[in-house]
Amino acid sequence: MDTENSKQVMDTTLEELRHLVSDRALEGETMLLNMGPQHPSTHGVLRLLLELDGERVVNCVPDIGFLHTGIEKNMEAKTFTKALVMTDRMDYLNNLGNNLCYCLALEKLVDLDVPERAQVMRVILVELQRIASHLVFLASHALDTGAMSVFLYCFRERELILDIFEMCSGQRMMTSYIRPGGLWRDTPEGFEDAVRNFVRILPKRLKQYSDLLSKNPIYLSRSKGIGSISGEDAVRWGLTGPNLRASGVAFDLRKSNPYSGYENYDFDVPVGTNGDVYDRFRMRLQEMAQSLRIVEQALDRLPAGPFRSDNRKFVPPPRSELGTSMEALIHHFKLWTEGFSAPEGEVYVAVESPRGELGCYLVGDGGPKPYRVHFRTPSFAAIQAIPVLIRGFLVADIVAVISSLDPILGDADR
Amino acid sequence: MSVIHRAVETLQKTLKNKVLSVDTFRDQTTVDLDRAAILDACKMLHDDEALQFDFLAALTAVDYWPKEPRFAVVYQLYSIPNRVFLGLRVPLKSEAAEVDSVESVYSNANWHEREVFDLFGIDFKGHSDLRRILMPKDWEGHPLRKDYPLGYEEVQFSFNYDEIDDQKPYAKE
Repeated sequence: MDTENSKQVMDTTLEELRHLVSDRALEGETMLLNMGPQHPSTHGVLRLLLELDGERVVNCVPDIGFLHTGIEKNMEAKTFTKALVMTDRMDYLNNLGNNLCYCLALEKLVDLDVPERAQVMRVILVELQRIASHLVFLASHALDTGAMSVFLYCFRERELILDIFEMCSGQRMMTSYIRPGGLWRDTPEGFEDAVRNFVRILPKRLKQYSDLLSKNPIYLSRSKGIGSISGEDAVRWGLTGPNLRASGVAFDLRKSNPYSGYENYDFDVPVGTNGDVYDRFRMRLQEMAQSLRIVEQALDRLPAGPFRSDNRKFVPPPRSELGTSMEALIHHFKLWTEGFSAPEGEVYVAVESPRGELGCYLVGDGGPKPYRVHFRTPSFAAIQAIPVLIRGFLVADIVAVISSLDPILGDADR
Repeated sequence: MSVIHRAVETLQKTLKNKVLSVDTFRDQTTVDLDRAAILDACKMLHDDEALQFDFLAALTAVDYWPKEPRFAVVYQLYSIPNRVFLGLRVPLKSEAAEVDSVESVYSNANWHEREVFDLFGIDFKGHSDLRRILMPKDWEGHPLRKDYPLGYEEVQFSFNYDEIDDQKPYAKE
């Protein structure tokens, strides 16, 4: 190898890395190894630059941005309603949760009320989405730690949830179903039965999946005591959601700053003790059971009534009125051409996504387009914390740790 | 007295005229600070035993071009024990778009500040690793600035397909 090449790691020279790796790397005593961005177990396109001493990780420099699509910039060029579809595409396992976060911020900015039925529906959908996301976590986490069958089972159950979403919105993933002021349309026939059927099926299966992993000695030896972080450090590094709760900090936005009526539901927030891979896995399993409880309660109280606000300044009138009402026609025309305007001001709204705190910072300037949107995404924080978690562990543990944090690169890069 | 009131009062008492204004919009309080005061303010809010703003929820910026001061760096702090959010804003003039890094108080500010640097070109003094994070290393400009055009892809029709194809930046034989 010529000297020119040996001094370069990908597109970065050793000089540029000087402050990120130890001095031993510069003398060639430790090895610099590139992991990703096309590595299947880095969950998307995450690149890690590893400094290794034999099998041990001395340091790690995560590199993100491969999936950056400029969603925040694009949203600035669209009206508030049109910008909504961009949010689906950030965290592609939490589409409805992203819709909800953006809609809550927008509703707060323009001061728009949401009817009771829509609130309860939103809770049902978002909790189903949380279960679907955790099922994908369980599937990929098991696969990454060497258990193939769990992967197939979890995707089977997830499909039931995606069927319900398709029933409502016509789409399995990019739903855009939660709209400012309520929902896109009312629930279709058979929705409640489908959800009840799912709620009946899942608990038994969850028990099976839990047994498949938590009684598996290989899985236990790969997860217990690996990649642990204290509660204090986890807060300092901005971890939220199950990743933070695994370290013993009981912070859940659904309890601490309730939105969409979460204060009316009876559910527990599971909290771990060690903050290691195993605890993060356990948190998510327990959260799925809690989400099922919430869905059941919500189904029982699902009231009749309008599924979206009747404030015509923000919400389009029903199709049936267009032929008979002049006002409705005007509102419809205004909403689909110019859109509605938001007052000058800024709001920050945070919701509990399956991965943690998903925040939307929204600035209005009096016009019909968002002046600035920023999403505070949980995966961004989780990936930032990877080096803290894997220092001193083996190369094989990296994969277990990354998948236990459950980062989604679309969420981190936006 | 609510935690927010106490926090605002503490800031006003210690930082005096460096607190530029306090604004409440839709029950959400945002404190405008002079850029010299941000690090002290964060330290104080973080360490105060009654306030305990221990969590930096979000850090971002807004570009008000062509108005001056052009930028505002926005911090959303959260207190896990007290369960409240508090917003801090630091207005920055375009000729002096730099502010102290709060990395020493909140470790996760590291990447958030890198992102603001990358997309807005705002400098963070005392940052340990200020590199681009989302855009490629050799990218020119800062995309989230308002004077940075959104850009678009020209539509290729049969009559101008080759013409547009020639202008595309991908590698050719």
